[in-house]
Amino acid sequence: MKRPGANRRRSAHDWGENLRRMLSPRTFLARHAQVTFESLGRLYRNGLATWMTAMVIGIALALPAGLYLLLANLDRLSGAWEGQAGLSVFLKDEIKTDAAADLADRVRTWPEVAGVTLVTPDQALEEFRQRSGFADVLAALKENPLPTVLLVSPAVNHTDPASAGALQERLRQLPETDLVQLDLQWLQRLAAMLDTARRAVLLVSALLALAVLLMVGNTIRLEIQNRREEIVVTKLIGATNAFVRRPFLYSGVWYGVLGATLAWLVVELGFRLLETPVQRLVGLYEGSFELQTQPGWLLLLLLGAGIALGLLGSWLAVGRHLRAVEPR
Amino acid sequence: MIQFDNVSKRYPGGFEALNNVSFHLEAGSMAFLTGHSGAGKSTLLKLIAVIENATSGQVFVDGQNVARIGRRGIPFLRRKIGFIFQDHHLLFDRTVFDNVALPLIIAGYRRQEIGRRVRAALDKVGLLSKERLYPITLSGGEQQRVGIARAVVNKPLLLLADEPTGNLDPELSREVMDLFALFNRVGVSVLIASHDVALIDQFHYPVIKLDHGRLAGRKAA
Repeated sequence: MKRPGANRRRSAHDWGENLRRMLSPRTFLARHAQVTFESLGRLYRNGLATWMTAMVIGIALALPAGLYLLLANLDRLSGAWEGQAGLSVFLKDEIKTDAAADLADRVRTWPEVAGVTLVTPDQALEEFRQRSGFADVLAALKENPLPTVLLVSPAVNHTDPASAGALQERLRQLPETDLVQLDLQWLQRLAAMLDTARRAVLLVSALLALAVLLMVGNTIRLEIQNRREEIVVTKLIGATNAFVRRPFLYSGVWYGVLGATLAWLVVELGFRLLETPVQRLVGLYEGSFELQTQPGWLLLLLLGAGIALGLLGSWLAVGRHLRAVEPR
Repeated sequence: MIQFDNVSKRYPGGFEALNNVSFHLEAGSMAFLTGHSGAGKSTLLKLIAVIENATSGQVFVDGQNVARIGRRGIPFLRRKIGFIFQDHHLLFDRTVFDNVALPLIIAGYRRQEIGRRVRAALDKVGLLSKERLYPITLSGGEQQRVGIARAVVNKPLLLLADEPTGNLDPELSREVMDLFALFNRVGVSVLIASHDVALIDQFHYPVIKLDHGRLAGRKAA
């Protein structure tokens, strides 16, 4: 027996020191920094396997992001048209230009109307002649077949389908009116379609998020199996569950970061490829339309989603499988 | 340091590995645990490190009843123990240095402190020149010494060794035992499980003998 008293004193001293060391924020930071680099290094050494996992996550994240951007662009396109669109009121043939001007003045005072443009038959014919290329045919006509038209644009707060419908009805009640055409109708249908598509994208996003979760979970599960021996040894020499868990959680986060970055690149590449044909298409419609590319916040959103899913996926895998790895 | 009070361990299936074992290993002392293969030596060590739990009876380590420390307390108890295995359980994907540093990293030591302590431990086992090598390139005796360096680097209160010389020739075995004696001399309690009676007889330490799970005899130093 050798100086048990001295041994006991050393023990008490060491354990006080240990406790202080464990609780210091410096230790905490150093630990996390160390695990950050260790898990990164491990991913790097795993090479192809890491990239394949990250790519799958990337594609799964790129799909909703790309679809979302596509919808946002369609939305903008229909929004741009919505501003110009209005109601066309075709007046009866017997209404002369003066009476039409009076009517236009009256309608202009309605609160739900932003403006009224009077298009006389002569103006309409001229415009038609210039734009349609039927000048020769039109010249052969003895008289102008076109009616007088009032182009009514609804006030800003009356562009929604219900208000536009009410305005259409009010205009139809006018005795001078022959026909009211709501130019918004197909836009409304488009808007309804976009709404449906948006819902579908949301659904697809949720399914793909689940896929990412399972993907990360499975990858981490395999990693736990591969490192079984190491986990057992570290637990035997006093590693807490938190210590054993940490590198796997970091791996999950890194998979998320890599996947999100790849997703961003995939979407960016896709839109670069689409830009030229879209410009040509829009050019053919005599429109000008700037394709909206990825805003900066989308990258942040992708990163956030990637990190959250990676962390959650690895957390689930670690919770399920790490407990089973105990020294025997 | 270690106290067993009427400890029995029965494995699922009915095999009784330990039967009513009581003994006391005082702090700072060194002892051998011997017996035929299957006598319960490994089980006894596992009960000390809380790898297994006793079916009945009580186990105290450093004054603590191990049944009362709970799941969260187990890692901290294990940090007081240096465990040396027959097949040394080194991690082959990292260097000798990193293997020995593992207990310090787990305990949260600072980098400079880790370097200092790892080199001190490697120096003691005579492997300072091999810190950058991977364990696979070392001989069996050297690997075992790396395992010992890892067990002592954290300055444990207690060293447990399960057949530490099982794979070594007599000369290397003797060297390993000398190392344990050296650590004991600076105050570490040591318990070595071994069936190598010839080797044990060369040293003058108490011997605890197990036979089919029962305490079969004790020999004072």
